[in-house]
Amino acid sequence: MTDISAPRPLSFQAMILRLHQYWSERGCAILQPYDMEMGAGTFHPATTLRALGPDTWNAAYVQPCRRPTDGRYGENPNRLQHYYQYQVILKPSPPDLQELYLGSLAAIGVDMGLHDIRFVEDDWESPTLGAWGLGWEVWCDGMEVTQFTYFQQMGGFDMKPVAGELTYGLERLAMYIQNVDNVYDLAFNDAGVSYGDVFLENERQMSTWNFEVADTDALFDLFRKATAECERSLAKKLPIPAYEQAIKASHTFNLLQARGVISVAERQAYMGRVRDLAKASCEAYMEKNGWAA
Amino acid sequence: MTDFLLELRSEEIPARMQARAREDLARLFAAELTKAGLAAGAAVTYATPRRLTLILRDLPDATEAVAEEVKGPRASAPPQALEGFLRKTGLTREQLTERDGVLYAVTEKPGRATADVLAEAIPAVIRAFPWPKSMRWGAASLSTESLRWVRPLQGVVALFGEQVVPVSIAGIDSGAATLGHRFHHPGAVTIGSAADYVEKLRACHVIVDQDERAAIIRDRATALAAEAGLELVEDEGLVAENAGLTEWPVPLLGRFDADFLSVPPEVIQLTARVNQKYFVCRDAGGKLANAFICTANIIAHDGGAKIVEGNRKVLAARLSDARFFYDTDLKVPLEEQAKKLDRIVFHEKLGTVADKVERVASLAMWLVDAGVVGTPDLADKAYRAAKLAKADLVTGMVGEFPELQGLMGGYYAAAQGEDEAVTNAIRDHYKPVGQGDDVPTAPVTVAVSLADKLETLGSFFFVGMPPTGSKDPYALRRAALGVIELIQVNGLRVCLTQPLAKSISSVAGVVVGNDLGDAINALVAARANAGEPMSRGEINALAAKMIEKATVGEDAELVERLGSMANERLINFFADRLKVQQREAGVRHDLIDAVFALGGEDDLVRLLARVRALQSFVTTDDGANLLAGYKRAANILKKEGITVAPAQAGAHVSGDQAASPEEADSGSRLRGNDGGLSYTPEKDEAALIAALDAAEPAAADAVAREDFEGAMAALATLRAPIDAFFDSVTVNDNDPQKREARLNLLARVRAAVHNVADFSRIEG
Repeated sequence: MTDISAPRPLSFQAMILRLHQYWSERGCAILQPYDMEMGAGTFHPATTLRALGPDTWNAAYVQPCRRPTDGRYGENPNRLQHYYQYQVILKPSPPDLQELYLGSLAAIGVDMGLHDIRFVEDDWESPTLGAWGLGWEVWCDGMEVTQFTYFQQMGGFDMKPVAGELTYGLERLAMYIQNVDNVYDLAFNDAGVSYGDVFLENERQMSTWNFEVADTDALFDLFRKATAECERSLAKKLPIPAYEQAIKASHTFNLLQARGVISVAERQAYMGRVRDLAKASCEAYMEKNGWAA
Repeated sequence: MTDFLLELRSEEIPARMQARAREDLARLFAAELTKAGLAAGAAVTYATPRRLTLILRDLPDATEAVAEEVKGPRASAPPQALEGFLRKTGLTREQLTERDGVLYAVTEKPGRATADVLAEAIPAVIRAFPWPKSMRWGAASLSTESLRWVRPLQGVVALFGEQVVPVSIAGIDSGAATLGHRFHHPGAVTIGSAADYVEKLRACHVIVDQDERAAIIRDRATALAAEAGLELVEDEGLVAENAGLTEWPVPLLGRFDADFLSVPPEVIQLTARVNQKYFVCRDAGGKLANAFICTANIIAHDGGAKIVEGNRKVLAARLSDARFFYDTDLKVPLEEQAKKLDRIVFHEKLGTVADKVERVASLAMWLVDAGVVGTPDLADKAYRAAKLAKADLVTGMVGEFPELQGLMGGYYAAAQGEDEAVTNAIRDHYKPVGQGDDVPTAPVTVAVSLADKLETLGSFFFVGMPPTGSKDPYALRRAALGVIELIQVNGLRVCLTQPLAKSISSVAGVVVGNDLGDAINALVAARANAGEPMSRGEINALAAKMIEKATVGEDAELVERLGSMANERLINFFADRLKVQQREAGVRHDLIDAVFALGGEDDLVRLLARVRALQSFVTTDDGANLLAGYKRAANILKKEGITVAPAQAGAHVSGDQAASPEEADSGSRLRGNDGGLSYTPEKDEAALIAALDAAEPAAADAVAREDFEGAMAALATLRAPIDAFFDSVTVNDNDPQKREARLNLLARVRAAVHNVADFSRIEG
């Protein structure tokens, strides 16, 4: 960063805007974040549900991700309980997906003459969603910046056709582009707002709540209610509301985990419950659209 | 003769799959060519992250023409037969060939162009390719029948000589063009033939030969370390992996903050290796240095400065995580960590890891107390080491790097000032892990390691979960091999049945008690339904009662019977493992069987001494002839239905194995005649009696002294008398008394031989 003629690196928000622009120009519907708590951008119905079925579907969006157990009270420079993923889903996967992806890195200022980009084997699996795929974690100078996956199954269904999924870790990419060691030091915009200004207090309070305060009885109750509501919606052949309740149950389970009130033995049972609901929602979605075999 | 080039270009192939893929490509192609009657002079394969290549040298341009001959009727056969043959072959009588009065239909099959054979072989090989994991992609994947490949297949170069072999697969047409390096030469490269393939790609920054890339990485990394005054920690696995991740490898050396060196070097090395695929270096004193070597895939404009800086940051983040775990772990004494083991389920039927630890600790102490390992004063140390040995499983560091189990426990034990023997035992008690691993020799370590493995074996066999076929989820074969090696290397004298029985009995009551728990569950459910749910305390008390009942009460007999069955199965399991292990040392498996078949021989050191003596004996002339004589005697006895208690000869070993009533009967029938003979024995009969009278006590004495060579020598004296006996004496005499006495004599021969081994199990 000593070269004064070098352009100023992109701020966090400018990076997102660039990605929006890039994928918009390539035919993606630019969606907004889903308005529910979830652990990964893949849970967004625009990926989980829309990946199913034969129709063409190209979309990109930012999704806030909540992983209560990753909270560090704002004291760890790399770990957050709330962070952002940039998610691109392209169905069917285009033949030049790798080139498209590398183009997006160039668009946010990664110089591939100076940096070492590598596709390192990393198969993706989400037991919760009954999903798996093959692909890579993309390394930039040894740092994982993106998960690149060709979905093979979702909700237990073979993909027909296969969708390509790109999940960018936005904070990591921004730290890299801005050459910053602490996530809270990131420039959020070019007007002096840092990532810490926006989120540091949030991380402190949410870590305290996740780990120490959240009412576990209420959470257990919420888990039960969400699963019941999911099943009720399934009975009424409403896969989308049913899937929303599955997401809710999943996040509630994550909170219970953070509160340390789920034993090792029970853990499997809870995860199995969420998986069954998510899979049933996918099945109902397939049926509703007349795609189930 | 013409060379063939095939390049299958795809998106990045996982590094770990490349070597196998090269082999498969060559193998599958060779098979296709053989089918067509073709063979290449030589086959060369290459793999990079983005291409899998095969070059077949010196292929003929066409397959040989072959004449196929179908035999028809004799020339003199009736016309109907001839007509039938002509109809079948579609030929006329004039086109048939006559030889020795028989008609033949000969059809000339012309040779096929090799290019045509290749054009068929390429898609066949691609479709049949055995990738360990494969995928579908793109618009074609609307059908689940679309082509599967390891990652999307992007291009096919197929050249026979300079000619393109035209194939079309999954929408890809073969051609002569490929792509160069992803960043240095993203454009097309046209290949002329197999001859210029390697050099054309080299000009486009792709080194196709994986061995050349590996050599560059190895040499450059070594040189970089040397330039920095350091020595590379060699790691061939890492060299191969980096060669599989790059088309143009550029090793670069970076430094990390020396403060991180407070973390154990194994942790740093593992973090660097597993997570980042970096090499590490040693300083002149042999200590880990604060340097790493990463392997880039490009020649960066700035010489790699930014790449090194980026990698340094990633490593620093990883190391600061590791240091956090290490520092946090150090604050908690191992005793405290060990308490948390009651939250980890060892196996649902076998309780928690805390339960297992308790069993291991008491077994380890027993091994020392009973004089099997070390001296009795070490018993307390063995107990303490075993109690703490698994505590590191709940530490942050082992949670992050499970492969550091044991090692971290050793560090934490040393840090809290444990005795050195205890520390070493905690660190090394998993050893030996597989063949070739160091086998511990420090007594406390040996006791804990042995106890850990015996406990695992006893427990899983008791609950009826031995390995089956290729499935061995609890690594029981490895555990048994570990036990065998520990016993051999340390010359431990122990009858395996004893510690196994001890291990089994300590888990058996709990398992059976829990199995009886169905009754408790029913009771709990009934009470809950009735609106009076049981308290946790009540349930625990009930469970404890069941376990107590299983151990000392009316079910104790069941527990004991199940236990001894498990023990027996385990001894057979050890026999199998021993055979596998000894095969490599050139020990015959049938000889191990012959000794195991005696029953009661479960002291592995003595058993192997016996087997070794036996092996050298049966290869001698005396041994081979004695074996022949024995087999003749045994066959006659078998026909007569005269059996002998299999444990008889080995009975002195365990002493408590009573023969079954039946076997005892047949023995006594024969022994009843021992007192004297009612007739005058023939000369060779008398000689055999005399030889047995001398050899029996001599062999038994030698066995008691564990002088198995001596025992063999004693048996060898029987050889000539037995041969003579069979030559001149009729066993099946008309006089029933003679017949009985002679059968009795043969039974004595058999019993004498069984002092050493059950010769009926010996092959040949």
